[in-house]
Order: sequence, then C-alpha cells, then structure tokens
Amino acid sequence: MKIHYLKTPVKDNVLERLKAGDIVYLSGDIFTARDTAHKLTCKLIKSGKKVPFNIKGEIVYYCGPAPGIKKGSVGSCGPTTSSRMDRHTPLLLKKGIKAMIGKGVRSDKVIKSIVKNKAVYFAAPAGLGALLSKCIRKSEVLAFGELGPEAVYRFHIEDMPLIVAVDSKGKCIYKA
Amino acid sequence: MKRNIKAELIEKKISDGFKRINFSLPSDLKKAIEGALKKESVFLARFTLENILKNNRIAGKSRLPLCQDCGLAVIYVEIGEDINIKGSLTAAINRGVEEAYSSAFLRKSVCGPLTRKNTGNNLPPVIHYNFAKGDSLKIHIMSKGGGSDNKSRLKMLNPSDGLEGIMDFVCETVKKAGSSACPPYIVGIGIGGSFDTVSFLAKKALFRKIGTGNRDKNLNKTERYILERINRLNIGAGGFGGVTTALAVHINSEPCHIASLPVAVNINCHSARSLLLKF
Repeated sequence: MKIHYLKTPVKDNVLERLKAGDIVYLSGDIFTARDTAHKLTCKLIKSGKKVPFNIKGEIVYYCGPAPGIKKGSVGSCGPTTSSRMDRHTPLLLKKGIKAMIGKGVRSDKVIKSIVKNKAVYFAAPAGLGALLSKCIRKSEVLAFGELGPEAVYRFHIEDMPLIVAVDSKGKCIYKA
Repeated sequence: MKRNIKAELIEKKISDGFKRINFSLPSDLKKAIEGALKKESVFLARFTLENILKNNRIAGKSRLPLCQDCGLAVIYVEIGEDINIKGSLTAAINRGVEEAYSSAFLRKSVCGPLTRKNTGNNLPPVIHYNFAKGDSLKIHIMSKGGGSDNKSRLKMLNPSDGLEGIMDFVCETVKKAGSSACPPYIVGIGIGGSFDTVSFLAKKALFRKIGTGNRDKNLNKTERYILERINRLNIGAGGFGGVTTALAVHINSEPCHIASLPVAVNINCHSARSLLLKF
C-alpha cells in the first residue's frame, strides 16, 4: 500500500503505476455526473451531437452534492453508488475518461473496459460528505443545470482522499 | 377531556428534528462505531471507521450534512386516542420537512419516478399513521438514504422454509448489498404480516436504538445469531473487509397467514439518521 499525491490532468504512466489498495490524495479539476447526466451524455454521444463539456482525459465523480451555503461553495458531497452508472461507463471510457470516483463494486464488463482503456476506478470515503466537502475549493455548473443536484458540476479539489478500488490491470479491492 | 396539541408545535419539532439528525450521528450509533473501531484490524476498514467519526465532528462543527444524500423523509406517527390536534397533522408534517430541507441547505432528493423531475422541496415524505392508547403523540422521523434503500429486498417464503430460510435470505441480501450501500450497516428485518406490511415492519425496525435487544427472547437470540453470520461475510466497513459488516440486526415480527412467510430486509447505511419526537 502506497500513498500518492496527484494533480489533474493525471498522466497515463502515473495512472498505470497505481495499485488497488493504494491511497491517493487528488488535487485539481474534476467533474460530477450521476444517473440522469450519464443517460443524457451517452444519448448525445450516440446521436453524434456535441457534449456540452469535455470528457477526454478527465476524471468523473459520481456525486450529487448538497447545496452550498455561499455561491460557488459546495455542501456535503460524498460519492453515490457507482454500479448504477455501469451501463454507460464503457462508452465514456472509450471516449477518453481516464478515471472515475464513486463507491462500491463495478461490473465485470466495466472492469474489462478499465483494463482496455488503461483507466482507474477510485473509491471515495462513502457516506462522508461533510469531510469531502472540505476538499472542494470551487464549484460551477457545467451542464444540465435544470437537474439540480444531478447537474454536471466542475469541482476544483484539493487533497481529496481516495482509495484505488480497481487499478489499470483490473485488480479490485472490494471483498465478498 | 382530550389533550390539545397545536399543529404549529408539530411543524416546528419536525423541522428541528430533521436538521438535528442531518448534522450529527445519534449517540447510540456513534458508540457502536467506536466499538467497531476497537475490534478492527483491517487497515482500510479502520480508515473508514475513523473517517466516519471525523465526518461526524466536521458535520456538527461546520453545519454540513453528514451525507450529501439527506434522504427521503420517512415518518412514523403514533397518535394517542385521547389527543386532539389543532390544525392539520399531515400539513404540519409536510411544512416541517420542507422548512428543514430548504433552510438548512439539505439536498432535495425526491423526484418523479419516470419523469425524474425533482419536486424541489423534498416532498412528499413517506408517512405512516397508527393509533395507540393514551394521550401522547409520538413521531419517529428518519432521513433514509436512497443507496441503502435500493439494496433492500422482500420475499414471500414458504412456511416450511422457516428460520433457516429467513436467515439465508437476509445474508444473501446483505451479500448482494456488498460494498455499495455504505457499510457497516444496520439491518432491519420484518417477519410475518403480509406482502404490504412486512416491508413496513422492516423499516420500523430501523428506528430502534442500537444496543437495545429485542424484548422477545427468541427474536433476541435470532438477532444476535444473524448479526454474527453477517459479520462473517467479511464485507467490512467501506466494503474493504474486516469484522464489522453490520452494527446491528433488528427484527420486527407479526402473525401471518397459514400459507405465508413474508420476510423483508431493509438496509440502512452507517449514517442511520433517526429520532423520536414526543409530545
């Protein structure tokens, strides 16, 4: 088990060095997307339309934050259950997503796709939204604002504590 | 002479209650997590349990909700037959929920099931009404997370499946929940009643304080046995393995039809937020 301090965008050779069970403190820009945002994004890709935010080389966080008290701030913002995004993940990986942040196991199909695209799946501390909120320095809505907490946000984060749950070789940390 | 209770008081207590449970863990749950930490040796499971306690301190101090999923409001009302409510009880409950979720910056997580359009105020709550003897009003409130509710299951077993069948179904359900629903869990089990009541029994079991064993001797023994079996699954805190997959197992049971054996399992995450309001 190693501890890494990484900054986005994370280079491929750095991602490939991460091993399941390692702890990562991540800083830089990431974007959020959960159920409906995934559905809408994949619909746009499949119909050949432009996605209103960048995907290539990015890190997606499965999160629907609680509202912040001040403008640009974020309330509690822990991860949601990743497996609900499984059906859309292979397409997004194919389109260039380099890492995902969520909680819980992924399907075999997703793990295969992670290996194929040399990506990484991180677990964020689950159900600990207050703690994670302290890592968000800035937030803005990137797309689908009408979805409220399900909108796509850009987060600027600092030292977000993550665990490598599935590494680029397909090794998974979850038990049972 | 009936005792009068004002609807305004109910609204205020509901609102205060939802704010309170979203910003700090109940003391019984906190104690159970501290206990689990003492027993744990798996590094990432310890990391998770320590962070749960740290998260609780940050939430209380910074007025940030414990979890971004501030839950669907679930409310169980026991109405004494000798009370008279001045005003509408349902309207007061609805207003209390709406006030808490809007003024305390809690996430509104309720939407149309097919349109997926957010109702914008976390309404409607799920409310169960029951009558009881006496002149008191008791309202149990819960902020129930969606991720853990998703992993809950119901099965109509055959009577011959018996206790073994029930235990297998419970363990299978927890195994399927695995790492996805924020373990360590509180497992609420409903046994008996009918298709419609058994899931309510399971949810109601989640309101019980951790560490208060079942009053029924046999059920008490069964709860302890199932808890042991669940904790042998090695899912552990955060799903990273270890000795505590569940902090407690609570069973609620009712008689059922001679042809049936309904069983429901309602899973709650480690942010098990509930409170009893007394009037």
